[in-house]
Amino acid sequence: MRGGEDMLRVESLRVQQGAFSLRADFEVAQGRRVAVIGPSGAGKSTLLGALGGYVDVADGRVHVGTRDVTNAAPDERDIAMLFQDGNLFPHLTLAQNVGLGLRPALRLSKAESDRVHQALRRVGLGDFAHRKPGDISGGQQSRAALARVLLQGKPLLLLDEPFAALGPALRVEMLELTSEVVRETGATLLMITHAPEDAEQAADDVIFVDDGRVHTPRAVADVMADPPEALRAYLGR
Amino acid sequence: MARNPQPIRTSAFAAPFAAGIVIVMILAALGAVASRADGAVRFGPADWAALRFTLWQALLSALFSVVFAIPVARALARRRFRGRGLLVTLLGAPFILPVIVAVMGILSVFGRTGWVSQALALLGFEPLSIYGLEGVLIAHVFFNMPLATRLLVQGWSAVPAEQFRLVGQLGLPPTVVFRTVEWPVLRQVVPGAFALIFVICLTSFAVALTLGGGPRATTIELAIYQAFRFEFDLGRAAALSLVQLAVAGGAALLALWILPPLVMQAGRDRSPQRWDARTLTVRALDCFWIVLAAAFLLLPLVAVLQAGVFGLFKMPPLVWSAALTSIWVAIFSTVLLIALALPIAASLAHRKRGGLESVTLLGLAASPLMIGTGWFILIHPYADPQVFALPVTAAVNTLMALPFAVRILLPGLRQAFTDYGRLSGALGLHGVALWRIVLIPRIRPQLGFAAGLTAALSVGDLGVVTLFANPEFATLPLQMYRLMGSYRTDAAAGAALLLLALALAMFWMCDAWGRRHAAG
Repeated sequence: MRGGEDMLRVESLRVQQGAFSLRADFEVAQGRRVAVIGPSGAGKSTLLGALGGYVDVADGRVHVGTRDVTNAAPDERDIAMLFQDGNLFPHLTLAQNVGLGLRPALRLSKAESDRVHQALRRVGLGDFAHRKPGDISGGQQSRAALARVLLQGKPLLLLDEPFAALGPALRVEMLELTSEVVRETGATLLMITHAPEDAEQAADDVIFVDDGRVHTPRAVADVMADPPEALRAYLGR
Repeated sequence: MARNPQPIRTSAFAAPFAAGIVIVMILAALGAVASRADGAVRFGPADWAALRFTLWQALLSALFSVVFAIPVARALARRRFRGRGLLVTLLGAPFILPVIVAVMGILSVFGRTGWVSQALALLGFEPLSIYGLEGVLIAHVFFNMPLATRLLVQGWSAVPAEQFRLVGQLGLPPTVVFRTVEWPVLRQVVPGAFALIFVICLTSFAVALTLGGGPRATTIELAIYQAFRFEFDLGRAAALSLVQLAVAGGAALLALWILPPLVMQAGRDRSPQRWDARTLTVRALDCFWIVLAAAFLLLPLVAVLQAGVFGLFKMPPLVWSAALTSIWVAIFSTVLLIALALPIAASLAHRKRGGLESVTLLGLAASPLMIGTGWFILIHPYADPQVFALPVTAAVNTLMALPFAVRILLPGLRQAFTDYGRLSGALGLHGVALWRIVLIPRIRPQLGFAAGLTAALSVGDLGVVTLFANPEFATLPLQMYRLMGSYRTDAAAGAALLLLALALAMFWMCDAWGRRHAAG
């Protein structure tokens, strides 16, 4: 379909949560930035949770790269994920928080420690290495989380609205930084958003989720120019 | 949206292993005891009397503690005054106060030559005699009324401030406030508090040993000790142990359903401001209950301090070596507690209800003397049990503290899993790294508190050690008991002060560790 190999392949995925069920069947090519949009309760977070290994899958397979990760633990899926909140441990310094991306046991060598500081400088937090999350602003916390993503260097990045609590200007800034991080690590990106302009700014493709149905990705420009009926209703156009 | 499962792995085998140790320690003792209880077991009239007294005193202790606690808690919940915080903190003190120290204080106040008797004598009355049921009840109420009060105050503080604002705005009279706001909390808290105190008092030993005794005031626990120590009648000790296990175990299982959550963290007390109960009579009445409770709790402590200062210089050197032994026992207990409580609590935090919780309650139900007797029987054929006095004493103390520790740790761990479970999973934190980097820092205050509680309980415990003691080996509480028994009152008072200082210091050290750099 598109050039390059598929980084994410979701085959006949089904998630069952009480009366709610989610179905998905799609591929995302390597290096694409995909916005996941849709009404609240449609199943966006459930989809990302299932991909990340936090939600039990009833049926179907998930492949990341060439690996089947359907039953793998969250940290063994080649996936980095940021959540709406709680992306940093409040009792650890930023350097320690970021260092966890390299070594979960936090015993860093000199070289690794240098890389941590380099990553912090990259996101503009060079002077904040020894601060704790409680002492910095929400935008800076997002930067620190992105610095960790940078170090994790996973091929697939999932964002479950980590910037939702930020103001519009800061959100734009974070999306730009995210795009840069993705470009530098060559990662593929899936991010949930509520704002169509976010999708237009920072995504190549759009996945529309509606009432448990996950549509296949389409190029942003195409979708926005000619949205399907359900998306039209959601966007209010 | 449904909540995510917790993709977090502590350790698959640590919790069953820890629970297994607890079960083996108790079951091995039980098996050993049962093996001796075969054949001609006489369960004579004295034993029936012990059973009756055990149940009766536990019932009365629970009743008086709760009935006394209600007006005190009500007064504390609706009054704010200088020293209120201190008083609420003080209500936590009996929990870490060595029993034998409190007994000495109670004797100084209510005993035959105590302050109350002296005052009565001035008025021409007979002095009090508290040995027997009265003494046991006074001591049990001294220890458990504060516990009930804290549970009630905690229950009333949890009532939303809006309700009291509404009450104040409408000017509702106390009877209506009682019916609409206070009664529902009482109905919730009282059965649990009553059950908890009843179970605690069922296995009471040190109080019965020091204030009870004789045919009319012997608990089963004390009867085990006497059968073992004075008659060395293992069969009878075994039979009594089984009765004790049935009684206390049955009660604990019943209580399991109504036990209140134990939030004993000091400094968490934020009562809503109240605008009701403004009349002079009600205020005077509240004042009366607060003063009465404060006097009841403080006077024995003041007596210990006063007598202890003079006694400190009259202590034989044995007291110091006993103090050292006690410190070792406490350290051993605390380390073992942390090793057992953390995996069990972590495993419990994953599920809603589990069999593991009943394992910890075994510690509450199984009598320390039964476990001690069992291990004595087990060790006896192979070695001199007195060689093992220190580890057995320490381990039994751990078992006694375990149910409380697990309940203290559980809410914090649950919170840590909810807040940081996903993130830890995403970063691949598990096993030791998970504990070191995430869990311990998150529950540090609770861990310090639980460890402090264990250390204080262990250092002040006068229980199983009495079975294993010999002239060369004694813990500080036992040494103090011996001094009291040989009427060396001054030296005993000095030892009491030393023991009190040790218990408070150990609690404070652990608790302060927990509060220092407490996670933000």
